[in-house]
Amino acid sequence: MTALLQVHELCLRYRGGPDVLLALSVEVRRGEVVALMGRSGAGKTTALRAVAALQQFDGGRIVVDGFALEPGPVPPESRLKPLRRRVGLVFQNHALFAHLTALENVALALTHVLERRREEAEGSARQLLDALEVGARAAALPSQLSGGEAQRVAIARALAPDPPLLLMDEPTAALDPARRGALGRTLRRLAAVDGPGVGRGLLIATHDVAFARACADRVAILAQGMVVEAGSPGDVLDRPSHSATRALLAEQAS
Amino acid sequence: MSRSIHVAALLVAGAAGLGAAQQPQALLLWGGDAEGGAPFVEADPADPSQVRGFDVLVAETIARGIGRRARFVQVQWSSIDQSVERGDFAIGLSGVEDTPARRVRHAVTIPYFEFREVLAVRPEDRGRWSALADLRGRRVATLGATMAYDILVAASASHGVIPVSYDDDVHPFSDLMAGRVDAVLLDHIIAERSLHRLRGTSFIVEPRAVAVGHYVGVLARADSVLRDSVDVVLRAAMVDGTLERIFRRWNVWDESQGALFRRVAGRDMAVDGDVAAQHAAPLRPAAVWAYLPSLGRAAVITAVLSALSMTLAIVVGVLVASGRVYGAAPLRALMTGYVEVMRGTPLLLQLFVLYYGLAGVVRLPAFLAAVLGLGLNYAAYEAEIYRGALEAVSRTQLEAARTLGFSERQILRLVRGPQALRYALAPMTNDFVALLKDSSLVSVLTVVELTKQTAIYATNVGSWIVPGLLCAVVYLAMSLPLSRLGRRLERRWRVA
Repeated sequence: MTALLQVHELCLRYRGGPDVLLALSVEVRRGEVVALMGRSGAGKTTALRAVAALQQFDGGRIVVDGFALEPGPVPPESRLKPLRRRVGLVFQNHALFAHLTALENVALALTHVLERRREEAEGSARQLLDALEVGARAAALPSQLSGGEAQRVAIARALAPDPPLLLMDEPTAALDPARRGALGRTLRRLAAVDGPGVGRGLLIATHDVAFARACADRVAILAQGMVVEAGSPGDVLDRPSHSATRALLAEQAS
Repeated sequence: MSRSIHVAALLVAGAAGLGAAQQPQALLLWGGDAEGGAPFVEADPADPSQVRGFDVLVAETIARGIGRRARFVQVQWSSIDQSVERGDFAIGLSGVEDTPARRVRHAVTIPYFEFREVLAVRPEDRGRWSALADLRGRRVATLGATMAYDILVAASASHGVIPVSYDDDVHPFSDLMAGRVDAVLLDHIIAERSLHRLRGTSFIVEPRAVAVGHYVGVLARADSVLRDSVDVVLRAAMVDGTLERIFRRWNVWDESQGALFRRVAGRDMAVDGDVAAQHAAPLRPAAVWAYLPSLGRAAVITAVLSALSMTLAIVVGVLVASGRVYGAAPLRALMTGYVEVMRGTPLLLQLFVLYYGLAGVVRLPAFLAAVLGLGLNYAAYEAEIYRGALEAVSRTQLEAARTLGFSERQILRLVRGPQALRYALAPMTNDFVALLKDSSLVSVLTVVELTKQTAIYATNVGSWIVPGLLCAVVYLAMSLPLSRLGRRLERRWRVA
């Protein structure tokens, strides 16, 4: 079966700078949670941004559920509509719209992109917030939310248009250990909406080994611009074969 | 500089008081406005550092008569009273009108010239309006803070005439020809000078005088001793024909001057001392209250003018800022050019160009020109605020919107615009308050707003204290609620 997301030999360099990604290849299937791991600066965020068409790339290929992105400048938004329906992105700093309430943040795309009626959109948004256990904070502004609440609202917002692929950038960065566990369970639930193989695919950029071990189906270690090691968390994190993996593990153990 | 003039004037005044007027080197500093031009006072075309005109000759006659040398001090015409009282010069002579208020506030000489307030009209209106009463609903122009202006203000109450006040005596006539006003009421000397200047075809002066007035010299209230000496000299000059020669030389002599001289020279009292007696206390409370309705109307004009100008500035500012942020290179350059030109040149100049400069192409009504001038000027500042505010919205907010599938237009309308508005709010409030005060500049376009009305009021009562305080209170009453509203909105909309 074809994977939901196929990234094949992605090459990306910043103008005038060193190559960030040389030949990154990674796949995410429906119902699967994949942790893209690496030390900070390894290019995890850059890879997610390329998949979300926020960042141009110089070589390789990205295909999301049949929609292909080619190397070169980011196409205009009018040509990216199919991609926008397929990919949701949760930013590390959540990037909630600062002038809107939690409910409005989630409902905005439903009313203006999917052109649902307002009551219907707000009903769906409320359900999503309830499902993510932040329904009580629907009327709060982003500035009034805690880090964990803001993250749940951001996830609800990204899920509102019901994209099959969800990208998350360092979701545990601002969470205490108890909340990390809760987040892991939530993400597992999101992946398995309709059972394995038909649910969502999640690609999570993280350097949090414990989190990846607890919630990922597969782990891919990013170093020197490519995936140097991939497999189940048990294989990769318990029996690392690459020095970069061992360095990452050593960093977190200390 | 001004201090030395002040000291010199005090010395001169002191010398006069001690009767030491015979010193050959003593100066008589006299103030006049060379901008007023011939035949009163003008810069000598042959030597612009010198002045000439009949008032110059009158000043020299007076100086000679009290044994001094005349020295001219340039002063803005509307400030002559305040300047003489400050001691900038000993006597003001520059077509200074004999008014009851002036007689009460200052020491005023006997009248030395009689002028007629006459109506100038377009040739096709010749004979149509024989009196102010016939000009109901018509716009009649004149110079602000003059007897003619007071006559028009009185006529606006009694006959529904619309007074239009100017800061100079050239534009009333050019606006008469341009059709912006229907008549001009001014001294016959000024009307005839303008007629001469414009080659006599463009308007006509109605022969019948609307009123009669006199030119006097004005001295500081405390200088009545010097004033009495000046009166003696003037009477002598009337009797021995010196004044007649001066007026004939400047082509302003007519029979009414002879009659005036016979009346004045034969009497100790000034001709209209009785009028002065009637108005002995112009600052009584009733006089202050009498000005309140006109100040109120002027405040409304300031408020409406500012609100309309700010609305225009916001609309144009948003368009210019959008062009600078989203436009292609040529549009960006054009918008940048607009901002730099409007910001980099004086608002006053822009108003003049808009109203007078473009009069040949498009004849804008004064109020519309004022709104356009203020609005387009402030649009440049607003555009810069909005551009900065748009660029202050963080990139990840815009990227988050893109990943959700919004179009660029939707992102501007739903995310970037609303957030930018919150950043722009404080500087916008600031600009609105600044515009409120800058709106006083449009008085050069004959719009009588709050500051202009205050200046007219101050000239009439001869003091800036009460009018100035009232004016400041009204401005504050408008700007303080604005600032408060701005702060409240800011608090409510505070961006995280």
